[in-house]
Amino acid sequence: MILGEIDVTQVTLMVNGTQHNEDVSDYMLLADFIREKLKLTGTHVGCDTSQCGACVIHIDGISVKSCTMLAVQADGSNITTIEGLADGDVLHPMQQAFHENHGLQCGFCTPGMIMSAIELIDGKPDISEAEIRQGLEGNLCRCTGYQNIVKSVHEAAKVERR
Amino acid sequence: MYSFNYLKPVSIEDAASMLSESDEHKVISGGMTLIPTLKQRLARVERLIGLEKCGLSEIKLDGELLKIGAMATHAEVSESDIVVMENPAIAELASHIGDRQVRNRGTIGGSLANNDPSACYPAAILALGGIIHTTKRDINAEEFFVDLFETALEEDEIITAVSLPKPDAAAYEKFPNPASRYAMVGVFVAKFNSEIRVAVTGAGEEGVFRCSEIETALLKAFSSESLSDCTISADGLMSDIHAEADYRAHLIVEMAKRAVTKSARR
Ligand SMILES: Cc1cc2nc3c(=O)[nH]c(=O)nc-3n(C[C@H](O)[C@H](O)[C@H](O)COP(=O)(O)OP(=O)(O)OC[C@H]3O[C@@H](n4cnc5c(N)ncnc54)[C@H](O)[C@@H]3O)c2cc1C
Ligand code: FES
Ligand code: FES
Repeated sequence: MILGEIDVTQVTLMVNGTQHNEDVSDYMLLADFIREKLKLTGTHVGCDTSQCGACVIHIDGISVKSCTMLAVQADGSNITTIEGLADGDVLHPMQQAFHENHGLQCGFCTPGMIMSAIELIDGKPDISEAEIRQGLEGNLCRCTGYQNIVKSVHEAAKVERR
Repeated sequence: MYSFNYLKPVSIEDAASMLSESDEHKVISGGMTLIPTLKQRLARVERLIGLEKCGLSEIKLDGELLKIGAMATHAEVSESDIVVMENPAIAELASHIGDRQVRNRGTIGGSLANNDPSACYPAAILALGGIIHTTKRDINAEEFFVDLFETALEEDEIITAVSLPKPDAAAYEKFPNPASRYAMVGVFVAKFNSEIRVAVTGAGEEGVFRCSEIETALLKAFSSESLSDCTISADGLMSDIHAEADYRAHLIVEMAKRAVTKSARR
């Protein structure tokens, strides 16, 4: 379909287990699509310059910065956002670990941190503190000083080991 | 962001013909450089041509050469068994580009085409004497990197793959800018039989370059001690808020020493 001179493309994607068919302008960012079209505002936009990681989501199980991708590029994919992690009232183990270890203060960076951390510890129950710090270098936090974030991720990895 | 249309050609031939239709068309690979540029309105395009369906991400051995498809992401290169076996210095370099999310999207083709003066891959490709395959021809690394953000690519030419010879020893060492993780100085050293090739990124006013002072010093013996008296002129090196030219000159020798030591450990 043509709107003015700019194509509107229909995308079909699974988001947190629900299929969506939506018309998007080709230049719409995936982060805007998630927040404004789907109203899933847990995915945050912090810097908009691809550096802070507040917008990290999973596409087909891989973490990406949704502010640096277009919605049309995600057509056909399977997306998980922070809203898709908990099972009803039962938090995902990574969310639970952040909750128990005071891994957040204002919470702005938290959705991205958690999405990055889940990919990071996958299959690595014995991950070291240094590996966690390095693995989260794409996620910036302005509150915590990272100490409790690293601790939370470490604890979540141990839960995975059990 | 200015508006544009997005196209998804399913073959590289189709992509090349779409690109040749207008100067206002541009290809996009990982988008980790291009999308931020478009968002800041530093660039304007009429059509973006996505290469994701063109099948360019294969990594394989082509005779003696390691051939990496242009769409191979930094994460794929760093985790590829073939790369780890054949050219571990490349795998390691790729594993330190940006952060995990940048590596999950950013590609080797996009990085080479962009030729950012602080990017990591250009140093490796130049030091290894790689060949850049495009939709039109094969280009030697020496001719490919022209100037800051400038390559030998024509407007309607697309990188399809890059081929790299196997060195006897090689390593990359970078001094990352603590905020962006781009190289403030990055040095790739490679040893082939009797030849030593050393390339420097992050420092040159005209982008990546080969460093003859270090190459000559390492010819005596391929060891970091050979560089203990080596000094490099600051002429032609960048000065910016991150580092003065003479500091960069110092870092080049230091990174070269570390790279030589690291290559010996493999
Ligand atoms: C936070 C952050 C940190 C980073 N840190 C580093 C770092 O430490 N080291 C480093 O080296 N890089 C770094 N980068 C850059 C990253 O590696 C980019 O992925 C890379 O420079 C561009 O690759 P791309 O696939 O994303 O290209 P795109 O953004 O898709 O394209 C870049 C340019 O190349 C052109 N192009 C793309 N593919 C082709 C092709 N096949 N043929 C011809 N032209 C093409 C496009 O038209 C565009 O002009 C960083 C980026 C970010 C956002
Ligand atoms: S909003 Fe995407 S990286 Fe900061
Ligand atoms: S908790 Fe506030 S930015 Fe991380």
